[in-house]
Formats: sequence, C-alpha cells, structure tokens
Amino acid sequence: MSQHLPVLIVVVPLLLAPLAALVGNWKAAWIVAAAASWWAFGVSIALVRRVLAEGTISYEIGGWAAPYGIEYRIDLVSAFVAMIVATIGAVAIIYARTSVRAEVSEDRGALFYSAFILCFTGLLGISVTGDVFNIFVFLEVSSLSAYALIAMGQDRRALTAAYQYLIMGSVGATFIVIGIGLMYSMTGTLNIADLAERLPAVADNRTIPVAFTFLTVGITLKLALFPLHLWLPNAYTYAPSAVTAFIASTATKVAVYLLLRFFFTVFGAEFSFEQMQLDKVLMPLALVAIVTMSLVAIYQDNVKRLLAYSSVAQIGYMVLGISFASVLGVTAGILHLFNHALMKGALFMAMGCVMYRVGSVRLERMKGLGKKMPWTMAAFVGGGLSLIGVPFTVGFVSKWYLVQAALERGMWPVAAVVMFGSLLAVIYVWKVVEVAYFQEADPDDDIREAPLGLLIPTWALVIASFYFGIDATTTADIATRAAEVLLGVGP
Amino acid sequence: MLSSIPPFALFFLGAIAVAFTKGPVRKVLVLAIPLIGGLNLWFGVEPGVHLQIELLGYTLTPYRADKLSLLFGYLFHIAAFLGFVYALHLGDGTPVGSVASDVGEEDITGDKTAGLQHVSAMLYAGSALGAVFAGDLITLFVFWELLAVTSAFLIWARDSERSYATGFRYLIIHVVSGVLLLSGALMLAHSSGSVAFEHIDLSTAGPGAWILLIAFGIKAGFPLAHNWITDAYPESTPTGTVFLSAFTTKVAVYAIARGFAGADVLIYIGTIMTFFPIFYAVLENDLRRVLGYSMINQIGFMIAGIGIGTGLAVNGAVAHAFADVIFKGLLFMSMGAVMTMTGRTKGTDLGGLYKTMPLTATLCIFGASAISAFPMFSAFVTKSMIMVAAIEEHHYIVWLFMLFASAGVLEHAGIKIPFFAFFAHDSGIRAKEPPKNMLIAMSIGAVLCVLIGVFPMAFYTLLPMEMDYHPYDTTHVLVQLQLLCFGAIGFVTLMKSGIYPDEKRAVHVDAEVLYRKLGPWIVRSVGGAVARIDAYVRSSVMEVVGTALKGANRWHGSMGPLARSWPTGSMVLWVAVLLAAYLVFYLF
Repeated sequence: MSQHLPVLIVVVPLLLAPLAALVGNWKAAWIVAAAASWWAFGVSIALVRRVLAEGTISYEIGGWAAPYGIEYRIDLVSAFVAMIVATIGAVAIIYARTSVRAEVSEDRGALFYSAFILCFTGLLGISVTGDVFNIFVFLEVSSLSAYALIAMGQDRRALTAAYQYLIMGSVGATFIVIGIGLMYSMTGTLNIADLAERLPAVADNRTIPVAFTFLTVGITLKLALFPLHLWLPNAYTYAPSAVTAFIASTATKVAVYLLLRFFFTVFGAEFSFEQMQLDKVLMPLALVAIVTMSLVAIYQDNVKRLLAYSSVAQIGYMVLGISFASVLGVTAGILHLFNHALMKGALFMAMGCVMYRVGSVRLERMKGLGKKMPWTMAAFVGGGLSLIGVPFTVGFVSKWYLVQAALERGMWPVAAVVMFGSLLAVIYVWKVVEVAYFQEADPDDDIREAPLGLLIPTWALVIASFYFGIDATTTADIATRAAEVLLGVGP
Repeated sequence: MLSSIPPFALFFLGAIAVAFTKGPVRKVLVLAIPLIGGLNLWFGVEPGVHLQIELLGYTLTPYRADKLSLLFGYLFHIAAFLGFVYALHLGDGTPVGSVASDVGEEDITGDKTAGLQHVSAMLYAGSALGAVFAGDLITLFVFWELLAVTSAFLIWARDSERSYATGFRYLIIHVVSGVLLLSGALMLAHSSGSVAFEHIDLSTAGPGAWILLIAFGIKAGFPLAHNWITDAYPESTPTGTVFLSAFTTKVAVYAIARGFAGADVLIYIGTIMTFFPIFYAVLENDLRRVLGYSMINQIGFMIAGIGIGTGLAVNGAVAHAFADVIFKGLLFMSMGAVMTMTGRTKGTDLGGLYKTMPLTATLCIFGASAISAFPMFSAFVTKSMIMVAAIEEHHYIVWLFMLFASAGVLEHAGIKIPFFAFFAHDSGIRAKEPPKNMLIAMSIGAVLCVLIGVFPMAFYTLLPMEMDYHPYDTTHVLVQLQLLCFGAIGFVTLMKSGIYPDEKRAVHVDAEVLYRKLGPWIVRSVGGAVARIDAYVRSSVMEVVGTALKGANRWHGSMGPLARSWPTGSMVLWVAVLLAAYLVFYLF
C-alpha cells in the first residue's frame, strides 16, 4: 500500500467528507473528520521522510503515464507544505470539537465537519498534484468549502465576509485558470514537468507574458498580497474560531506554495525573475504590506481582526524572502511558511479560547484576562513573542534568515524594514498584553479558564513554536533543500 | 559542579522560588541567592569559556568568564545583596515612625507590591549577570531585552498613573536599543561570520559597529539618549530605584568597555556627559532626579576613560563603575530612606531631618563624600585614574572639563543632596530612622566606600588590565583637597553671612562663584540656554512624531482607507487595475 500513499493522502479524506455529511450526528461526523485529519497527518509525515530519503516521488493515477494521465509529483516543497497543512489540520480538529460546538449550531455540525474535510483535502491536493488543471480543481474544492465554513460564523457579518471572499476567490481562481488555459493553448500540456520543458520554446510569444500576468494577479489575490488582501480581514474576523485558526495557518500558505510552484518550477526562476522581473513587483508590495498592515493592526480593537492584518503583514515577509530569488531568500520564505503557521495558529486558537468564555474578542472585553484566563493569555504572549521575533521562538529564526538574505543582496534598507516591522509587532502585541494584564477586570464577570479541549491544542502549537525556535536544524534543513530544489541548484 | 552553572541561572531559578514563597522564607531566599552566587563566583569560577552551544550555524557562548566580566560579576552580586538587604522590610507594612501617609499618595513606600518587586529585582539582577557573562552578541541581546522588561516592572511597582506611563516610555526606549543591538549584531555577523563579542574596531567594522555603539549608548545614557534615566529613576519605588541604579547603565558601560575601548569618539561623548548634567542637576528640585543627573555625569567619566583606551584609563573606567554602583547606591538608598519615612523627595519640602534621622544623615554624608572624591573614599582612587590617563595621553582640554565637572559633582551631589534633605531650613517633619535593614544596607555600602578608598592596592588587583598606579601621591591629594576645600569654604561663608539664598532658587549657582570665578548669571544663562535648546529640540521632535502619528492614524486608523472594509466592487476594481498594470509592466 505504501507506494499508493501519494494518492491516498487525498482520496481517503475525499471519501470521508460525504460520509461525515451523511452520518448527520455532529459527534459521529467529528470522529470521521478526526480520522481523516490524523490519517493525512500520518501519511504526510511518511511522505516527507520518504522524499528526504529517496528524492522526488512520481505517482501515475490509474497507471496512465504522464503527460497524458494525471501525475502526482511530490518533491520536498510539496511534501513540506502538505505536512504543514496536515499538522495544523490534525491540531485544529481536536480544537474544533469544543470550539465549534459553542459557535456553530448543532444541526449544522455534520455539515461543518464535512466542509472542513473538503477544505483540508483541497489544500492537500494542491500541494501533492503535479498537474496544473488538477491544481485548479483542488483550489476550487478548498475555496468553496472555505466559503461555507466562514459563513457559519456566529456574527451576521460572517455572511457578507464569506460572500466577498467568494467573489474575490472566484476572480482569483478564474484568473489562474485563464493563465493555465493560455499556457495549454501554447504547449498542449497540463503536466507541470512537461510544461516546464516546453515553455522556453514558446516564451517569446506574447501569450506567455499574458498568461504570466493572469497567474500573478490570481495567485497574489489568493495569498492576500497587498493590495489584494481586502477580502481577508473580514473573513478571518467573522469566521468560527476553529476555522480562522485552520485557514489562517494553511490557506494562504498553500497560495504561497502556488507562487513558488508556478514561478519557480513551471516558468523557471530565470524566466520569472530575470526576464519578467517579478521581484520588482513582489518586493515593493511585500515591503508596503509589512509596514502598512502592521500599522493598521496597531489601530484595531478587535483582536481577531488585529491578527488578520498582522497575517497580511506576515505574508509580506514570506513574499519578501521569495522575491530575493536566492537560496537564502527562498529558504527564509519557506521557513516562515511553517513558522507562521505555528504561531498564527496558536494566536488564533488563544483568541478562540477567549471567544469561548467571554463571547467576544474585542479589546474592551479582555480587561484583566491575564488573571482570569492565565493559560490562555500566556499562550497568546508566547505566540506574540514569536510574532515579534524574540530569540528562541520560530519568529526569530525566520527573521534571522530573512535579514541574512537581504544583507546577502546588500539591501540594508530592506533589512531595516524587516526590523522596523518587528517593532510594530511589539506595539500591537503589547496592546493586547496591556489590556489583559494591566487593566482591572470587571469584578462581576465570572470568567474562568478555557477548557482543556481548547488549551491542549493551543499549547501544542505554542510549545512547537518554541521548540522549532530553539532547535531549528530540522526545519531549516528541509527549507534549504526545498529552496535548492526550486532554484534547480540542489540534487 | 556549581561552577559550570551560569550565574544568571541561580537568580532565575531563585526568582521562581521567591515567587512561590512568603514571609521569612522569602527573606532568607532573597539574601541567600546573591550570597551563594557571589561566593561561588569568588571561590569557584576561573576565567575561561564555561558553556557553548551551536545555533543556526553560529557558536553561542552563554557563559564566558574573564577578568573584566568577573569584576562586574562580583559587583552585581554585591549590588544585588545590598539591594535585597535594603528591600527586606517590604511586605511588612508601613515602617514605624513613617509620616509618608501625610503626603496623600497611597503607597509611596512600595510596600504593597513587595512580591512583584522582589521577583522582578531577582530576574533583573540575573539578566544583568547574564549580560556580562555573555560571550556572544546574540546571548547579549537576549539579556539586554530581559534587563529592559524586568526592570520596567520595578518602575511599575510604584503603582501610580505616572509610574505606569514612565515605565512604558522606559520600556520602549530600551526595546529600541535592543532592536538596534540585534541589527548591529546581524550586520557584524554577516561581515565577519562570527557573533562572538570581542573588541570591535569602529573604523573598519562598517556600519554594524556604529549601530551597536548607539545601542549600547542608549543604555549608557549618551547625550540626547539620556532622558530615560532622569525620567524613570525618580518614578520608581524607594527600593526599586536602588536596583535600577545598579544594573542597567553599568551593563552598558561593561559592553562599551569590552567592545569599543580606545574609540576616540567616546572621549568626547564622555566629556560632554560629565558636565552637561551639572546645569540640570543644580536647577533640579527632586533629589532623586538630581542623583539621576549625577549618574549621567559619573558615567561620563567612565565613557571618557574607555575612550582614552590605555590600560590605566580602562581600569579607571571599570573601577569607577564599581565604586559608582556602591556610592550611588548608597545615595539612592539614603534618599529612598527619606522617601520611605517622609513620603517626600523634593528639596523644598525637606530639611532639618538630621534631628530625627541622624544615622541616615551620617550615612548619606559618607556617600556624598565618596562621590565627591574625598581622599580615603572610593571615587578618589578610581576617578583619578581616568584623569591621570587623560593627562598622560595629552588630552588637556578634556582634563580641564573633567576637573570642572568634578567641582560640579561636589556642588550638586556632595553638598546639595545631604544639605537639603537633612539640614537647610527646618521643614518640621519629624520622621523616625528607617527600618534596621535599610540602615544595615547603607552601612555596608558606606564601609565599602571607605575600604576601597583606604586599601586601593588590594582593589586594583581585581582590575582587568596591567598598570602601575598609586593614588596617594602628594600632588593628587593636594589638588583634590584644594578643590574640595574651596567649595566647602565658599558654601560655609555664604551660609554664615546670610547671602546664601533660599533653596527654591538655584543655590549652587552662587556657590559656584567662589572657585570658578564666574558670575552666577553665566551659569544661569548657560543653564537656561541649554534648557531652552533642549526644550526646543524636544518639542520639535515631538511635533514631527505627532504629525507622523496623525498621518498614520488618518491612513491606518480604523476608518482610514487602509483599514476600512471595502465594498466588493472596489475590491474587484483593484484587481482589474493591478491586472492592467502588470500587463503593461510585463509586455512593455
């Protein structure tokens, strides 16, 4: 069975999704969803180990050889992203059991878990497939289910947020499929490896730059790169807590993966960055995102919204690393993919704990929570330290690589912006700390610590964010090798 | 076995233990930890690298001991011990005979926040030790930031609106210093491939070295970056300020001594620091703020010594840092005792306390004598090394400024502090002597001041550099005595003849006349001009900051265009705009 793992990581959850909807009862549906997530988690670890040991895995679906059949092609980048998605999914599903029960009505529970598995499957599918049209299909699977998940938020504004996300997400996906179509018209193939081989021959044709344009806009829209991030804050703010934690740590990460896959593997780094000068587009936008979105975050009163804007800024860091188009830069980008997933997951989960007990995550309702919910707020501080980039947290590791990559290119001002971004992060994290620890609580509330069902997954991510901050060798090594694969310099 | 454990670890573990204990157990703990740590350091630790780890491809050295770091290590253990003896009564309620409650402020003695103060002081002392034993810049950065955070709690422990705002300002400045340190470290690491903290050559090491120097300078209170000292120190609790005065700036002095000894620019920065605070100190009314200015002035001597860079000068700088922690600590302790017992620290509110607090007054005079460099007191044998080194290296102008500054020290710290608190006009306050532990801590400090002054050669063996220097030669003793006597005679003469004005006005300006032969108006106008320029610079900087913040708010505030929820149509419009822009960019 082990040679079928590349497809089973997708097929098993895909089959379990309708099952979750059919069982009807939310408890049973949760068990199905948990089984799906943990299955994918296990398989993803196995895949990473196999890729590390044996190199890229190619799997032909139904035995149809590529480029005619659909090929699943798992290199280190795919395996790493799939592992991030699966890990966060496995933690988030544990968290969802308590959190979703409080935030989503019980009769919708089964549908929720079904959508959750679908979203999860779609994200995994994008990362493992080696076929561009298949990417589009999985992108739609994950997006459509994500709209449904967001719309289940308690707040009525969740509906409009989901609607806006739907419009923008569809525009993005359409642009991507237009780009794919244009490439297909020129090369007659949809297989990534095959495309990469055939594209250089037709690169002089105007169709290719047009395809490149549509893909740039489509992908930067999906990954919420400034100024195409406008759909994100509301979607993250009003979604159910478990959904925010899951989507914030995975969906944009997979979009970053798309960026890497299309511009490094399909078009090739040389074409993208030297001929099309993609870095001249990405770097300024990334820098603007880091500064302005951090500033916006400072002014937010709703902590989930604050974290959402911080996410847009953090996406800026990832894209910044990638825009250097050097091994060190791409390593920084990939590393931050993983590291940000851990810290933002932890932070949104901590806010989910607050939501569970307080019923709101607005700052004015969080006074004195440091005393009433010590573990929750300690988790927030732990995640916040990572966001700032304090040593011995994952955030520090990312920033370290990022600054080194900037210095390698001699870009002092860029390095300075990265450090300045950390200072802004200090301010917005402090805002929450100040309210929670230094302002007196309303003595009438009887707010207690969040239940263990929420605290354990939250703390799992917090501890991971410290663990991988102290022992960064594993992740940094994988990220470096993945960057070498993408830039074609490694084995 | 104990010798391989970094000194900070004992304090950090101790802080946890302190947090979970109460009453007598806690008291034993806070005294035992610095005592055990100090004895272990003295008897059990040899110079050398004791701990190294690999991280991100760099070698980190969290525990490196050499003569320089060991000297500061001893010093910080002594300072921590004295500080904890001094703060031992916290949590026992308002001391007997205190009239602090007359002032109206609820808890001026800091009694209610005893636990917070003990724990954060323990962590703070540990961070200072971590910083001086850090063998690389990354470890240094970690402790640099920990110093900032842990000490901010000592300011917040005053538990007033004002101390809260001050502590926050303090924290921001120190976090900025830390970020600069990290940036400088990254740049140095990038160019040299190593993060080890060794001597750095300013002229060849590139911009990273300058950024590092600025980071250190902020913590050392360089001119224009000095405001946090005088802003924060007077706002802490009586006991908190004693800890604050011991560690932060001295860690910075240590870092500059290790990294930048011999950098010429430091001579001039240091010299400026020695004299400009004098004008402020003379005009200032809050006696603990006067001591803050005095601290900048003393650090100036150290920085100048480090800048001169010869063995004698650097030894002088670190020796003076050692002496300063003790005598400045003693002065802050005496003012803290006054504050604990009376609730006041302003010169105009105090006076005549010698009648009911004779011991405190005597001990304060010990500290004042030490800071004024009377022979047989500590500063006499430490500051003089820097002055002699300046002459030896032909920095005559610098030497003159330092001499002027030394006279200024006598005025604002040597006479002003004890005189206004304990003598001057009788304020009618009849507060009793402070608790015994405070008196004991002050006595130990006073004894140390004298011991160093009387047995300098024994103290000199601890210093990091080789040198041959004897402080008690005829010229030195005579020059110093002349300087001091003329100051004192002038003071007495004016007092007896009744010319000596009321302390609400700038008294010391008049006493200055006698040995400076300058009209008081010069000092006053110079002081005034400095204050005006300072106020102007500060207000214009604040205006720029204000405008920037307003702009940031307009764009990024909750209703700003960058933060609004946009209608779907406009979002899609943005997509179209970008698509068009990219097409143009890619195709043409």
